[in-house]
This record gives sequence, structure tokens and C-alpha cells, in this order.
Amino acid sequence: MIKLKTPISEEEIRKLRVGDTVLLSGTVVTARDQAHKLMIEEKPDFVRDDLRESVIYHCGPVVRKDDKGEWHFVSAGPTTSAREEPYQAEVIKEYQVRGVIGKGGMGARTAEGLKNYGAVYFHAVGGAGTLIANAVKKVKTVYKLDEFGTPEAFWVIQVEDFPLVVTMDAHGGSLHKEIMEKSSKIADELIHQI
Amino acid sequence: MDLKTPVLELIRKASSDLPPDVEQSLKLAQAGEEKNTPAWNVFSTILENVQMARKQSTPICQDTGSLVFYIDYPEGGLEREYKKAVSAAVVEATNLQYLRPNAVDPVTAKNSGNNLGVNAPYFHFNQWDKKDIRIRLMLKGGGSENVSTQYKLPHSSLGAGRDLIGVRKLVIDAVRNAQGLGCAPGVIGVGIGGTRDISYTLAKEQLFRKIGQRSESGELAQLEIKLYEDLNKLGIGPMGFGGKTTALEVFIGSQHRHPATFYVSISYMCWAFRRKTLHIINGEVSYDD
Ligand code: SF4
Repeated sequence: MIKLKTPISEEEIRKLRVGDTVLLSGTVVTARDQAHKLMIEEKPDFVRDDLRESVIYHCGPVVRKDDKGEWHFVSAGPTTSAREEPYQAEVIKEYQVRGVIGKGGMGARTAEGLKNYGAVYFHAVGGAGTLIANAVKKVKTVYKLDEFGTPEAFWVIQVEDFPLVVTMDAHGGSLHKEIMEKSSKIADELIHQI
Repeated sequence: MDLKTPVLELIRKASSDLPPDVEQSLKLAQAGEEKNTPAWNVFSTILENVQMARKQSTPICQDTGSLVFYIDYPEGGLEREYKKAVSAAVVEATNLQYLRPNAVDPVTAKNSGNNLGVNAPYFHFNQWDKKDIRIRLMLKGGGSENVSTQYKLPHSSLGAGRDLIGVRKLVIDAVRNAQGLGCAPGVIGVGIGGTRDISYTLAKEQLFRKIGQRSESGELAQLEIKLYEDLNKLGIGPMGFGGKTTALEVFIGSQHRHPATFYVSISYMCWAFRRKTLHIINGEVSYDD
């Protein structure tokens, strides 16, 4: 089990390998489809400081506002990352992001980006909404809430011991590719035999 | 009688209280994995999450899915009254964060904000001979819906003909293509026969069964067992990290088909297999998984 805390240096991130289990603490920013589109089309500055050497989280949370007007995460597991494939590598470069958290893995373009700019893809446990929300200790701020709505807004959160597995590293390794190839071979054999 | 309050409780339970049969099968799956592997760790996280959600009454998964209601009602019951009460419960459940707003108008891209919309929730009504009311609810996640699929037989590239062996090949192919994306390990509902739309419906209806509940047809029960073994040989594992458990269960249903067609639909349900039933018998309310 490796403990990581943001800000994360390029050197630290390059040490990680596919299959490593990580507990992440520090600043994480949620971003889904609309947020990624905005970061590419308009390259806004308001998230720049929060994202530098930090981590993006593909997540559309369930949130609650308390009587004092403060936000809390109620359930916040990962969403499918593949939808951000057209944008991810460029966002990593533009904002010097060190990691992306999601589920299902990403494609070749992102893999290239991870290698070139020094970042990794962390896989969270899909469906573990309540547990991950409990690892969110604080909602620091939120951007574009009115415009994008709850699931699509940029939520800047402070996390503690967020459980993750590195499934794509900064050296071109991808667990997703590996498992896809292996399981495909077994499936082909089974389909042939029966 | 007041229907809104018991339906609100039904939704709360569905969202936060994973059925014990599913939890049990997840525990068994973990016992089959090697300790401290990524697969084993996933099950630890899942099981801890399940307990936390139950204790805190918060959604097991933040994607509280599309709402699918199956309502059986007695003679004299009015569908519009049930719809009204259930819709009111859905709005309140959304306000209480048991549900995330998940109804988006595909034309305007606007989220209705309260889970109501055209065919949202989806209602299936059935008037039966009993005097009781039964409301079954399934929360069907978007990620698992996206890997659900439909085939038609024969299928030449898979070498699948118009028989149960052909069906077996298709299901293996579908689960291979899904990888971990539907939040594996999944529960696989299969519908054989019918027109395209009813074929999908039949596949989804299988997911109201409990883990271990075999098909009443001997042939289909056999196929369920064989496919369960096949799928768990694939090595996709929880979240697609590799491992021994790729499927928790396989449920198959069949219905008559047109001579010219042979559809096979696969409804993939994620491990967060959320379903609950509300019974109202002689005015008494009770819940079931
Ligand atoms: S597939 Fe299921 S468990 Fe995974 S994120 Fe969607 S609803 Fe949650």
C-alpha cells in the first residue's frame, strides 16, 4: 500500500506501476464531460491552481448542503472515464495534472499523454459511492455549479486515504489492455470449443 | 390508503440497503480470490461500502440509476393513482438524496432535477387476481446499461446457430466485450426470443430473481449453470482488474419468437444489484428483497 499526498511531483508519479495500490490524500477536482470540454475549448484559469500537480476525478456526486450553507459529499464513486478520451491528454498537459481517477480505463491517446507529461490513471472501485464520500473530508469550493448542475460541476475536494489502484502508469503499462487481451483469448477458445 | 410514504421507504431501501443474497454472494466471491490481490481488495472496499451505506442510509452508488417500477394491483385499482403516489415519492426521495437527479431530456439536454420525465420513472402495470398490491423496484445503473446488448441468431463470426449453444456463445461474447465497465462482477440477465423490444424487457425482468433462483425450465437452468462457469473462466475479475469472479449469477428467460427472428438480449447488472419489493396485504405494509 503506497501513501500519496498532493501536490505530487513528476518523480513520485513515475515511480508508480500498474497494479500498485494507493491511498491518496490531498486536493482532488471532479470533472466530467462538460468540464473537460470547457478546459479544452476555453482553457479557464480558475481551476489552474487547484489542478497543478494534483488529480482529476471523473465523478458526478450526490451532494448535500447543510444549514450553514456548506456542501458535503453523500455518495461519490467514479464514472466511466472513456467519455473523456478526446480531451484527457490535452487537459493533463495544459493543467499539469499528475493523475486521473475514474473507472474502466482510457485509450491510447491518454496512455501517450500519461507517458509524455508524467501522470497515471487511478482506478477507483465503481459503485463504492458511500465509502468514497466518507473519504472526502471537505468540499473546498465548487465552480460552475449553476451552469453545469451538480454532477457536472468542478468540485474541489479534500480527500483522505482514497483507495485506488494504478491501472495505467507513466511508462505505457495498462492493466486494461492486458486483461482485455487475455480474456479475449479465453473467450475465443470457449466459443470455439462449445 | 397513503401509498407515498411506503414507496418513499421502498426507494430508500433500494438505494441504501443491498439485498442480503447479493451481499452474501459478494462475500463468497471474495473468499475465492487470493488475499491482498487487487481483486480481493475490491471486494473489501465493496463490502465495507455496503455496510456503511446501510448504516448511514446513503446511496450505495452515487449513480442511483434509472427507476424501473413493476406494479401488480388488484381489481378496482387505478393506474393513474399509483403513478401519482409513486411520482410524489420519487420527487421527495430526490430531495432527500436517496436518488441523484437522473432524468435528462435528450432534445434540450436539460436534467429535470427530480427524476420525473417521459417514461421516467418507467412503469409496468399488471392487474392480478389477488387483493394485494406488490410494487417491485429496480435501480438500473447507467454504466451497466451501457454494456448491455442485443444479438440476433445466427451469428456467423461467432459461429453461433439458432439454438441454446448459439445463445451460450453470444453471452460469453457480450461479457468479454463488457470487461470491467459495467462494474463487474455482474449479474447477467438474458432474454431469448420475442421482438427486439420485448427481448430486452425479458432480459431485464430476470433481474428481479434472487441469487441462486434457477429457471423453472430444466434446459435454461442447465444453461445458467454452464454459463456461470464459462464466464468465471474469463479472468476479467472485479472492476476488470483480473480475478476469479467475473459474474455473480446468470438468469435466463425465454419467450416465443417469430419464425424469422431470433433475438438474444443481455441485460448487465452491476454488483450494486439494487432491487426491493413492497407488499401491501390487507393494508399491512412489508418489504422484501
Ligand atoms: S455500473 Fe452500477 S455500480 Fe457502477 S457506477 Fe453504474 S450504477 Fe454504480
